[in-house]
Amino acid sequence: MLALGTLTHVKQMSHSPFEVTIALVVPIVQATLAVYLFRAGQEQHRLIEAAVGAGLMGVWSSVLFGSGGAIQNQRWQGTLEMIMLAPRRPVLVILPITVATGLTGTYSLLATLAWGRILYGIRLEFAHPFAFVVAAVVCIVALGMFGLLLASTFVLMRNANALANTLEYPIWLVSGMLVPITVLPAWTGPIAAVLPTTWGARALREATTGGPVWPAVGVCLGISVLCLVFGSISLTYVERRARAAATLALA
Amino acid sequence: MGNDYAIEADGLRRTYRGRTGWLRPRRTEVEAVRGVSFTVGRGELFGLLGPNGAGKTTTIKMLNTLLLPTSGSARVCGQDVVKQTREVRRRIGYVFGGDRGLYDRLSGLDNLRYFAELYGVAPREQKRRIAELLELVGLTGRERERVEGYSRGMRQRLHIARGLLHSPEVLFLDEPSIGVDPVAARELRRTVSDLAATGTTVLLTTHYMAEADELCDRIAVIADGQIQALGTPAELRHHADGRRIVEVEAYGVPDTAVSALRGLPGVRETAIEERGALQLLTVQSDAHIDVQGDILRELAGIRLGRVNSREPTLEDAYVAIVNAA
Repeated sequence: MLALGTLTHVKQMSHSPFEVTIALVVPIVQATLAVYLFRAGQEQHRLIEAAVGAGLMGVWSSVLFGSGGAIQNQRWQGTLEMIMLAPRRPVLVILPITVATGLTGTYSLLATLAWGRILYGIRLEFAHPFAFVVAAVVCIVALGMFGLLLASTFVLMRNANALANTLEYPIWLVSGMLVPITVLPAWTGPIAAVLPTTWGARALREATTGGPVWPAVGVCLGISVLCLVFGSISLTYVERRARAAATLALA
Repeated sequence: MGNDYAIEADGLRRTYRGRTGWLRPRRTEVEAVRGVSFTVGRGELFGLLGPNGAGKTTTIKMLNTLLLPTSGSARVCGQDVVKQTREVRRRIGYVFGGDRGLYDRLSGLDNLRYFAELYGVAPREQKRRIAELLELVGLTGRERERVEGYSRGMRQRLHIARGLLHSPEVLFLDEPSIGVDPVAARELRRTVSDLAATGTTVLLTTHYMAEADELCDRIAVIADGQIQALGTPAELRHHADGRRIVEVEAYGVPDTAVSALRGLPGVRETAIEERGALQLLTVQSDAHIDVQGDILRELAGIRLGRVNSREPTLEDAYVAIVNAA
């Protein structure tokens, strides 16, 4: 069910000309931004970190707008009612959508790294290549689970896009995808600590620079499991609320 | 209520609550369904007929678990639609009319595979069931094409195949023939009729009288959120007993003339239907009063076509029921 559902949603998303165009353009923009930001800061040796962070930003955007957008699109095309009508737990219906967005986000990470190499000559040298691959997979899974938690809101709200728009930049910043969280105000620390994106970004950075990868990977996985549990409970509650509030359909 | 019924609705009500404005929020309430009760026997083909906004879709969505009733209760195959949601969902199929409800960028086959998995069709049965349904709805050979290239009729047939994947005991059809051409609509009616003949209970909502008349064992006419009449098509026709219908084809009938017709002695209802440049004026009157002469007098000076006097049909009975609501 999960595998076929994920494959179906990946197919549906990857056949959209709009999403294909965005997927082609955004990684170039992100790679450029990251490279110039770090060049301006005289930290050329950290360009690879910048490229990884920028790639992660792309994965987050994909999950956020993918999960929110996919559910909103399903509402527009009348399929949200049809899938929620299935005799399955809501989590099994929605999880393939958010995992699919994480998978399509992988492309964003790879494309950002590739453009960084092609356009700006960034040398793709990772201190722990194997750990980098594992951390990337864990990170994408974590983002998919975080997307699941957010998806419950998208199922309930007809204008979920507004929420998705406001979450994009703060999560980039607070998770330390582009800048280290140590340079951010202290009050952002507790928020960063509970976001799987923070630990995913840290794991990727450590794998790139040679620091301890596995503790960050472990915390990232732990938070993912919590997101899955809370997302599952929340979706069951929200499905009932949506039936009471009549928000599964467009009108 | 016993288990002889596939569907039991008892005093169903549904109020939509909304809020408009941010600075001065104003709460709105719309009572879409106001105490609907009826039962549908197993294997019966039951029609829910009514004008736009009458509460047909809201009723169907409460029965198929997509909406929670504000009050009242309903059971499908003996299972409560609020408390035993998943049990109900296992036993029902839902098909609605129009272009929506399918993954357009995927093929018909991908759509069916996904929904088969979602609706719990056993993996070893999926291939056979999908092939069987594609054959049933006449889409064999077109299943690998993307749905966005399908015609309205093909989409509708795919919808039906999707709704039947898990062999539901009860099938809810919400205006399935809307926007479908006459040939496709006839095929659709034949498919629905065949399903009912094989024991599937069908609850059909429609605007089209001929469709309800041809297919349904019993019909409930719903207007203003309440059931106004319920019976077999023959029983419903009695609502127009004692009436006579005069139909006049005309060009450019002013509103004042229609109002004047309503005031004629013996006239019960008037309706005007635009057919391009032509207008079809239908006047229902008491059968014992001949109003044809009066009608033609009121329409003096207006270009007229064919004038016809006839016995009432189910459609006339429907108009009489809805207008009386």
